[in-house]
Amino acid sequence: MAARPQMDHEMSIITNDLLEMTGLVEEAIRLAIKSLTEKDSELARNIINNDEEIDDLEDSIKDKCLKFLATQQPLAGDLRYMISIMQMVRDLERIGDHCEDIAKYTLRFENEEYMKQLIDIPRMAEMAAKMVKNAIDAFVNRDLRLARKVWKADEEVDELFRNIYDELMGMVDQDASRANQSVMFLFIAAHLERIADYATNICEETVFTMEGNYEME
Amino acid sequence: METKFEIEKLNLYYGTFQALKEIDMSIYGNKITALIGPSGCGKSTFLRTLNRMNDLIQGVKIEGMIKFDREDIYGKDYDIIELRKKVGMVFQKPNPFPKTIYENIVYGPKIHGEKDKSTLDHIVEQTLKEVALWEEVKDRLHKPALGLSGGQQQRLCIARCLAVEPEVILMDEPTSALDPVATSKIEGLLEELAEKYTIVIVTHNMQQAGRVSDYTSFFLNGKVIETDKTEVIFSNPANKKTEDYITGRFG
Repeated sequence: MAARPQMDHEMSIITNDLLEMTGLVEEAIRLAIKSLTEKDSELARNIINNDEEIDDLEDSIKDKCLKFLATQQPLAGDLRYMISIMQMVRDLERIGDHCEDIAKYTLRFENEEYMKQLIDIPRMAEMAAKMVKNAIDAFVNRDLRLARKVWKADEEVDELFRNIYDELMGMVDQDASRANQSVMFLFIAAHLERIADYATNICEETVFTMEGNYEME
Repeated sequence: METKFEIEKLNLYYGTFQALKEIDMSIYGNKITALIGPSGCGKSTFLRTLNRMNDLIQGVKIEGMIKFDREDIYGKDYDIIELRKKVGMVFQKPNPFPKTIYENIVYGPKIHGEKDKSTLDHIVEQTLKEVALWEEVKDRLHKPALGLSGGQQQRLCIARCLAVEPEVILMDEPTSALDPVATSKIEGLLEELAEKYTIVIVTHNMQQAGRVSDYTSFFLNGKVIETDKTEVIFSNPANKKTEDYITGRFG
């Protein structure tokens, strides 16, 4: 039996909240891209409105962490676990903000035909969403191998981002009237690239929680 | 960094029971070293080996070596009286003598031959100031020490310990009988005392060890499991047993 049942109980509540927040954020990434590719303005507006839910969850988790630190006074691995969660909810909240920004681009394009079919951006979004989910799973399941694998996967996202950049710039070179949309798509890709970066932060927190350092390789 | 105590392969037996097993440790001068571990792990026994207080217990057998300022304190010709003067001790419960505040402080110096009234007066004022008790008691130095509060009594005991000009102060759970305010006064004092003295403190309070000490040693079943800088022990200990103990998941 656990020697500190109350402490373990409170930690599991906070962990469940973290999983709930991750679920919302992961869904926000997928829906933001869905709203973009399907030009679904209503969905985009929902994403923008629902970001508040993610923000509120961040506040509530941080508040629980603070109370946990004050009352349970965790040390060593427990302390690192809580510190990491406080960092991660911030990262998740920022990911939510990026999704909100992507949804805002959907609304900007509301009355415009896209100059091309979106292929790489949805692929990038899918990769980023998976990274976020796997990063949190690695943390919760204390899976160092998965954390390092997800961290490494960021290179693929970066490469895809470079490809998108080259493609869009190439299109602008050919036809300057495409500059407006190209820049917008590039911004969206940059948001996704940032989301993947936040996922790597989460992986670093997993290594920190388990090993007390940030050695990723 | 000066090494005050060097402990090598220390074994201690109470009759047939081995209370300390192969302890190797260095205790550094002007640093605060905290000894932590569950009840019965040997930390208080270890503390008492440092000024040979265990000699007073029947059936104790000690092997190995403890060097204090590079001299073996268990060596044949070592002067125990001198050792106990240099290595003072403060206990869990404040234990002032049933005498006046003044007499408590001058007791040690008198035993060591100090007779001069003005020197004794100076020692009283000096040591009470060192433990931040002077302002509270200067008008009642000749009143019974037992009339002081628990926290004041404990500071008086520390002052009594300082009166014989020790180099090391051993503290065995010095705040476990005190309220948080008195505890915080003693803890604040420790940091100041460490500028002049070497302090070894046994504590069951993890947060206290974390707050006050420079180094922490974790004892378990008579062995030292891990010694490291305190910040390392409490944020990222190397040994799983240490982690389990300090996070309260022991056993």
